[in-house]
Amino acid sequence: MIEVLFFFEVVLAGMLAGTMYSLVALGFVLIYKASSTFNFAQGAMVFFAVLSFVGFMELGMPFALAFLVTVLLMVAVGYATERLVLGPLTGQNEDTLLMGTIGLAFVLQGLAQAVWGVEVRRLDLGIGDFPIPWVADNLGIFVSALDVAAGVVSAVLIVLLVLLFRFTKMGLGLRAVADDPGAAASIGIPLKTIMLMVWSAAGFVALVAGMMWGARAGVQFALVDLALKALPVLIIGGFSSIPGAIIGGLIIGVVEKTLEVYVGPSFGGGIEGWAPYVLAIFFLLWRPEGLFGEKIIRRV
Amino acid sequence: MTQVRNFSIGGPVLEVQNISLRFGGVKAITDTSFKVLMHEIRAIIGPNGAGKSSLLNCINGIYKPQEGKILFKGEVLDRISPNIIARKGISRTFQNLALFKRMSVIDNILVGRRLHMSANFLQVAFQTPAATREERENRERCEEIVDFLEIRDIRDTPVGRLPYGLQKKVELGRALATEADVLLLDEPMAGMNVEEKREMCRFILKVNDELGTTMVLIEHDMGVVMDISDNVVVLDYGKIIADGPPEAVRTNQNVIDAYLGVAHD
Amino acid sequence: MTSKPILGPYSQGDILRLGAAMAVTFLVLPLIIQSDYWYSSILIPWLCLALAAIGQQFVMGYAGQLALGAAGFMAAGAFALYNIELRLPWMPFPLALFFSGLIAAALGVLFGLPSLRVRGIYLMVATLAAQFFIIWTIDKFGWFKNYDTSGIITAQDIVIFGHAFTSPLEMYLVVAAVVTVLTILAINMTRGSVGRNWMAVRDMDIAAESMGISLLRTKLQAFALSAFYCGVAGALFAFTYLKSLEPVAFDIKLSFQILFMVILGGLGTINGAFIGAGFILLFPVVLNTVGNAWFHGMIDATIISAIEQVVFGALIILFLIYEPLGMAKLWEKLRARTFGMSAVRPTVPADLAQKP
Repeated sequence: MIEVLFFFEVVLAGMLAGTMYSLVALGFVLIYKASSTFNFAQGAMVFFAVLSFVGFMELGMPFALAFLVTVLLMVAVGYATERLVLGPLTGQNEDTLLMGTIGLAFVLQGLAQAVWGVEVRRLDLGIGDFPIPWVADNLGIFVSALDVAAGVVSAVLIVLLVLLFRFTKMGLGLRAVADDPGAAASIGIPLKTIMLMVWSAAGFVALVAGMMWGARAGVQFALVDLALKALPVLIIGGFSSIPGAIIGGLIIGVVEKTLEVYVGPSFGGGIEGWAPYVLAIFFLLWRPEGLFGEKIIRRV
Repeated sequence: MTQVRNFSIGGPVLEVQNISLRFGGVKAITDTSFKVLMHEIRAIIGPNGAGKSSLLNCINGIYKPQEGKILFKGEVLDRISPNIIARKGISRTFQNLALFKRMSVIDNILVGRRLHMSANFLQVAFQTPAATREERENRERCEEIVDFLEIRDIRDTPVGRLPYGLQKKVELGRALATEADVLLLDEPMAGMNVEEKREMCRFILKVNDELGTTMVLIEHDMGVVMDISDNVVVLDYGKIIADGPPEAVRTNQNVIDAYLGVAHD
Repeated sequence: MTSKPILGPYSQGDILRLGAAMAVTFLVLPLIIQSDYWYSSILIPWLCLALAAIGQQFVMGYAGQLALGAAGFMAAGAFALYNIELRLPWMPFPLALFFSGLIAAALGVLFGLPSLRVRGIYLMVATLAAQFFIIWTIDKFGWFKNYDTSGIITAQDIVIFGHAFTSPLEMYLVVAAVVTVLTILAINMTRGSVGRNWMAVRDMDIAAESMGISLLRTKLQAFALSAFYCGVAGALFAFTYLKSLEPVAFDIKLSFQILFMVILGGLGTINGAFIGAGFILLFPVVLNTVGNAWFHGMIDATIISAIEQVVFGALIILFLIYEPLGMAKLWEKLRARTFGMSAVRPTVPADLAQKP
């Protein structure tokens, strides 16, 4: 019984940690849906956003103001990216765009460190990273309050994004742009505004993800490497699917946690470092388009 | 055509038997059969979307038809990849130009010599006599093709920089370099002016006359088709509606209804 | 445009340049450079990283497969050499080095398998698996480190024909000899049918296949040779530059650096590998020196490394936009302007380098 409960606990912790990967992956999906660009810099954006947020707080700004200023900063980053990086690279093949966003990632993470320094910062959101007493007492499972908060925040963000895509004019325009940018522009959909909105949304998601990660592991450069795990999440879920990002994150979270807890000790741990990537390879061989991606038929 | 054919038309070399191809629910080709004869020039015509290119893609192994089979020299080509089919002696050009854009004209044509070059990477790395001889001989062969197609002045130009008509020519050159028994030419004259088309026809006929290469070509220009082909297959909505010599096809009522009524120029 | 080859794939100019480069490498530099610093901290790492960058060029610049795991294969090569030296001490060093490369090549084939189904970012994630998995395996299985717990394993001496190559100059000569041989082989391959097949797969895989090129063989060949070069480079890097073996030296940062070397140096060129490696290696040195000279140590080293990241990232973007052929092309243009001749034969023309 204890073992079953423990297993349950591991799976739950994995799922909740997985929602954090999903949060990073979400930003990815947003930009991919709108512009078919793999934004490798999403992880760097997470780091950039939360480090700036903490930096603004250190300058004496209250929480809400620092949050607002960081959101505005991320909008500016999105605007600059569109103007200076993706704009000039329009029409290039996707490998080139991907390399461009790798360059962008280094600019953002370097910039953040140059401005705010490299020390590890603690971020206190007022939610403890320790088991919720009531759950522990009544159900016998240890679940971190922070994990639960991350899960709830992710869920809310996902619902908001889905609503945004489905039911707003902007969402409709976005889907049109994703389908055929040329045609969308020709019927008067403001391409630039839409792209700016998308980048802003991705920046916002990055900030939220960064705050969750930062509260857990401290605001530090290692976040960039953690955020890299959003890539296997996307391969499993499919690059263009919001539900895919969620499910992919959950799968990665659960698999790496279970492996780490049950298999890890025999090898001295560290399995979570590579398990997501190896899992992604198996998915690539089995279903390259991901669980929720559209099957691509190549025409000759 | 004043030239003399070195090879007279023989028996079937390529047999398409009851091929059906679907993409999801869309039928591209339905129960199609025809035979291509050795050394002939065979045209495939039909309105846009009739399934002509899909048919070539099936023969060349890029698409795998759900039903039916294709025989080449009496051997079934079933579910094998394009590179193995190339090995057996079928080469091709593509409708939407599939050249190696960043490579020079001569290098593109040299890739066509792939199957005539057997040196492995170690022999190439260490420049063994066999490897250098092979490279030199195949380069010479490609230079001949460059001269034949009269493209010497663009020999070293990366093909992506060339105008469309010239790219079509380079693609023909690459296909010729393979010295395959059967060439599948997917709209070799699309987008060309009358002058260029005439030149292209001259090359195709010359190759067929001198080397006896069997040609299967898709073409929209009825004048060209009637001029150069020995036999014509007419496809409409993925089905064959006529098959025979140009004169017979021209007067076929089905063809007149389905195709000539909506003729492209 | 292209001068006529007189010896294999080499034109007269090529042979002159190659001869000059070898004379400088083996005669001029050893005669004029006395300082150990130059050998140990500049020339040796430059040549090792350039060799790894050539490997990255094979798979990415020539075969067009976006791989990001070079450091993993370097680690494999380094630890393979350590274990061969440890367990089979009778084996001559050149042979041991060769086998280290082969072991890396086998791993290259294994992790190159996904390239048969996917490309672009999908492939990049698959190769990241190689990076993380190889490093983890070496780190967690004591056998690879001979159950050493100190964390730092000293590399064995390089002994060839009974002579131990231990001084910086001697080590430099060993590295230079290996890199020279492998570079010439790389030029032979990339200018011959091997490179043509790779580039054909890169530019239009379906057409390449229709010409009789087996995608399976060609891609895996590129991955194998790439990993072989990276493996040898990693072994030399550990034995002559680091002089120790630690998995963390081959983390993902190094893979990114090698990726940057080929993008900045120029995709699809061998000299781009050397130029890119030189730049990525020397720029931080210059930045540090300038930072110290101008600001007298007032700028923190970590800030300088942050600035470095910004500069590398920004350069990647600028080169992709304005000169996708990288520094090799700039160098060629400069030379053409100075000597009034077209120097390097182009494998990728600038205006096409990134057209879909």
